[in-house]
Amino acid sequence: MIEFKDLSLVYPNGHQGLKDVNVTIEDGEFVVIVGLSGAGKSTFIRSINRLVTPTAGELRVDSDNILDYKGRGLRSLRTKVGMIFQSYNLVKRNSVFKNVLAGRLGHTGTFRSVFNLFNKDDKALAYESLKRVNIGEKIYNRADELSGGQQQRVSIARVLTQKPKYILADEPVASLDPPTSHQVMKYLRKINKEDGITTIVNLHFIDMAMEYADRIIGMRDGEVVFDGPVSEVSEKTFEEIYGRSIREEDMRGGAEEDVESHA
Amino acid sequence: MSQQLPPKKPRSTKKLVRNIAIAIAIVILYLWTFLSINVDFARVAERFSSNYDRVVPQLISPNWERGPEVIEMMIETIFIAYVGSLAAAIIAVPLGFLAAFNMTYNKMLSTFGKWILSGVRAFPEIILAILFVVAVGPTPFAGILAIAIGSTGMLGKLYAEVLESIDMNVVEAMQANGANKVQIMFHGIIPQVIPEFLSYAIYRFEIDVRASTILGYVGAGGIGTMIFFAQSNRNWSDMGMILLVIIIVVTLIDYASTYIRKRIV
Amino acid sequence: MSNPMHKPSLTEDQYAPMLSPWRAKAKITMIFFVIIMFLLFSSWRTGVDLAELTRGFGNMTQITDKLFPMNMSILGPAVGRLFETIHMAIIASTFSTLVVIPVSLLAANNITTNWFVYNITRFIMNVLRTIPDVVLAVIFVGLFGIGVFGGIVALFVFSLGILAKLISETVESADMQPVEAMRASGANTIQAIAYGIVPQVLPQFTSFSLYVFEINIRASVVIGLVGAGGIGQLLMNQFSFNNYGAVMTIIAIIFVVVVIIEYISGKIREAII
Repeated sequence: MIEFKDLSLVYPNGHQGLKDVNVTIEDGEFVVIVGLSGAGKSTFIRSINRLVTPTAGELRVDSDNILDYKGRGLRSLRTKVGMIFQSYNLVKRNSVFKNVLAGRLGHTGTFRSVFNLFNKDDKALAYESLKRVNIGEKIYNRADELSGGQQQRVSIARVLTQKPKYILADEPVASLDPPTSHQVMKYLRKINKEDGITTIVNLHFIDMAMEYADRIIGMRDGEVVFDGPVSEVSEKTFEEIYGRSIREEDMRGGAEEDVESHA
Repeated sequence: MSQQLPPKKPRSTKKLVRNIAIAIAIVILYLWTFLSINVDFARVAERFSSNYDRVVPQLISPNWERGPEVIEMMIETIFIAYVGSLAAAIIAVPLGFLAAFNMTYNKMLSTFGKWILSGVRAFPEIILAILFVVAVGPTPFAGILAIAIGSTGMLGKLYAEVLESIDMNVVEAMQANGANKVQIMFHGIIPQVIPEFLSYAIYRFEIDVRASTILGYVGAGGIGTMIFFAQSNRNWSDMGMILLVIIIVVTLIDYASTYIRKRIV
Repeated sequence: MSNPMHKPSLTEDQYAPMLSPWRAKAKITMIFFVIIMFLLFSSWRTGVDLAELTRGFGNMTQITDKLFPMNMSILGPAVGRLFETIHMAIIASTFSTLVVIPVSLLAANNITTNWFVYNITRFIMNVLRTIPDVVLAVIFVGLFGIGVFGGIVALFVFSLGILAKLISETVESADMQPVEAMRASGANTIQAIAYGIVPQVLPQFTSFSLYVFEINIRASVVIGLVGAGGIGQLLMNQFSFNNYGAVMTIIAIIFVVVVIIEYISGKIREAII
C-alpha cells in the first residue's frame, strides 16, 4: 500500500512540483495518472522511489515513511519498486540479456555483479521475463538493434526480473507509435493482473487511460484534481483536469487495430 | 512456471580461437616485459631517500632571481615554435593536396604522399633536432627546422583529410562552367578549407610550443638549454622556475589557441 | 513587403556589390600584417634570416657526409636498449590505464557531483598535461637516479594526464539514462557505473589506451636522452661523443620501430571502434 499524506515538493528553483497530495493506492491496483505536461505526474511517480525527494508531508510505502530513507534503506525500497522510462534507458551497446539481468543488481552483491557472476536462478528468471514479453529470441541481440517497442518490452522484462512489488511507468508509450503503444500497455496490464503487481502509469493520452486503468488520478499544477474509478470518468472530467477542451493530440488512437493477439 | 535456462549464446569457433590467441599474445608480451625489465629497487629506494631532500624542496621553491632570464628563453622558445609551425603550415599545403585522393585522382600519387607524411610523423621532434644540430650546428635554426619538418607530417595529413571531405559538387559545377584548374582551386576549394587549415595550424602551434621547450636539451635553442644546465648542475630551484614558466605559458597559449579556434570554425 | 512607391536611390543596387565588405578585408589584412610582423620579429630574435637560411641549407649537404656511412657495430647494443624502451612503454601504459579509471571518474562531472573534488582533479590533470615528457623525465631521473625506473614513472605521469582528459570526456558524454534506470532498481553507485557507464566507454577506453601506448613508445625514446634508460640514452651517449654514424643507425632503428608499432596499434584500434 502506498499512502501520500499532505505531500508537497518544492524544487530548489522554487517550482512547486507537488502541492498537498493525499492519495492512497491499494495493492494490486492499476492506476493511471493523467495531466498536461508539467502538471506534476512525473514528480508524483518519482517520489515513490525517491528519484526526487518531497520536501513536506509523509509518503508511506508498506506503512514505512520512505522520506527518511538513505543509502541501504533507499536501495532496498528501490529494489521492490520497479520503474519503466519513456526512453527505455537501456545500455544500448549491451546485449538484451545483460540489460535484463541488470534488474537483479539490487539483489546481487557488488563484487558478484561487477564480475558478472549472476547465479542460475537469476539467469533463468531473466530469460523467463523476456519470454513473457515475447522477445526471448532476441536475447543475444544488442539493445540498439531493436525497435522502440521491442526496447520498451526489454525494459519491462528488466523490471519483471527485479521481482518488484510495485511498478512505476513514466510515460512509457510517449516515444512509440499507436499500435506499439497499445501492445506495451497490454503487457503492463497483463503483468498487473497475473502477478498482482501494483502498477502506476503516467499517461497524457485520454483514450489509453480510459482503456487500461482501474482508477484514474488527474493532476494539474502539482495538485490532485480528480481521483476515482474509470467508471466515474467522462470527457467532462478530462476537461476539468486539463483546464481546457479536449483536442486531437490528447488521443493516441489505434485501439481497434489489435496488432498482436498474444497479449 | 518451470525454471528454464536461456539457450547458450551461439559462439563461433573462429572467434574463440581468435580470443585465445589474443589472450596468449598479451600474456607473452607481459611475461617478456616483466621478466626482462631490469630495475634495481634497492638502489632506486636508496637514491630516492638520498635525493628527495635535495630535489623536492628546491623544486617547489623556484629561484625567482632567474625569472627574467627564464622568461627571455621562453620567449625564444615561442619564436622557434612560431616560425617552425608557420613554415610547416605553408609547406604542408602542397603535400596535403598531393596526399588527398580527390585532388589528384591518382591512387599512386596520393598513397605516395601519405607515405611521406607518415614517414615524417614517425620522427619525434627532438630526434629531428639532433639531426639538424648535426647538420647546421647548435642554433635555434636547427630547432626551427626540426619543428617545421615535424609539424609538416601532421599538418599535411590533417589537410589531406580536410580536402578529402570537401563538397566536390562545387568543383564539378565550376568545371561545368569552364573554369580552369587554378580558378577552381582559388574559388572552389580554398574557400572551403581555409578555416579548418587555419584551425589546425593554430592547434599545431600549441603542440609546437610544448615540443620546442625541450629542443634546447640537444642544443637546438630555447628554454631546453636551461633545462640541460639546470640538470647538469643539479640546480633544482632553477628547474622549479623553468617548470613554473613552462606551465603558465603553455596554459595561456592553450587557452588562447582554443579561443581563437572556436571563433574560426 | 516591397513598397510600390519605393524608388531605388543611387547608393543602392547601382554598383556591383563588393565580394567581401571592406570591414572583413581590413580585418584579414590586419591579421596578415600581424602574422608577418611577428614572423620578422621572431626571425630577428632567433637569429634566423634569409642569409642564414641559405647558408643553413648549404650546410645541410654536409649532413650526409657526417651521418653516413652508418655505424653498424652499434646495432647489437641498440636492439637490446630498444627492447628496454618498449618495456618501459608497456609498463607505464599499463599502470596509467589502471590508475586513470578512478581518476577519470573523479574528473567527470556526471559522476563526481562534488564541485571541489571535480575541479581539483581537473586542475591537477591540466597542469600535468602542460609539462613536457622530457622535463618530467629530468625530474624523476633526478629523484630516482639514472635508469629505467625514473623513466617509467615519468611516462606514467605523462600518459596519465593525457588519458585522464580523453577518458573523463568520454565518460561525460555517456548516456546517463541507463544509470538512472539502475539507480531506480536499487543498484548502488559501483553497480550503476559497472553496468551503466563501463559498457558505453569500454571501446573508447581500449582505443585510447592503445593510443597512449603509441605516444609512450615515442616518449620513451625521447626521455632516454636525459638519462631515463632505453635506446634514447644510448642515442644521447653516441651524440655527445660525436659518433654520428652510430647516431644515424639508432635513428633509423627508432624510425622503423615507431612506424611498425603505430601501424599495428592503428589497425587494432580500427578493429575495435
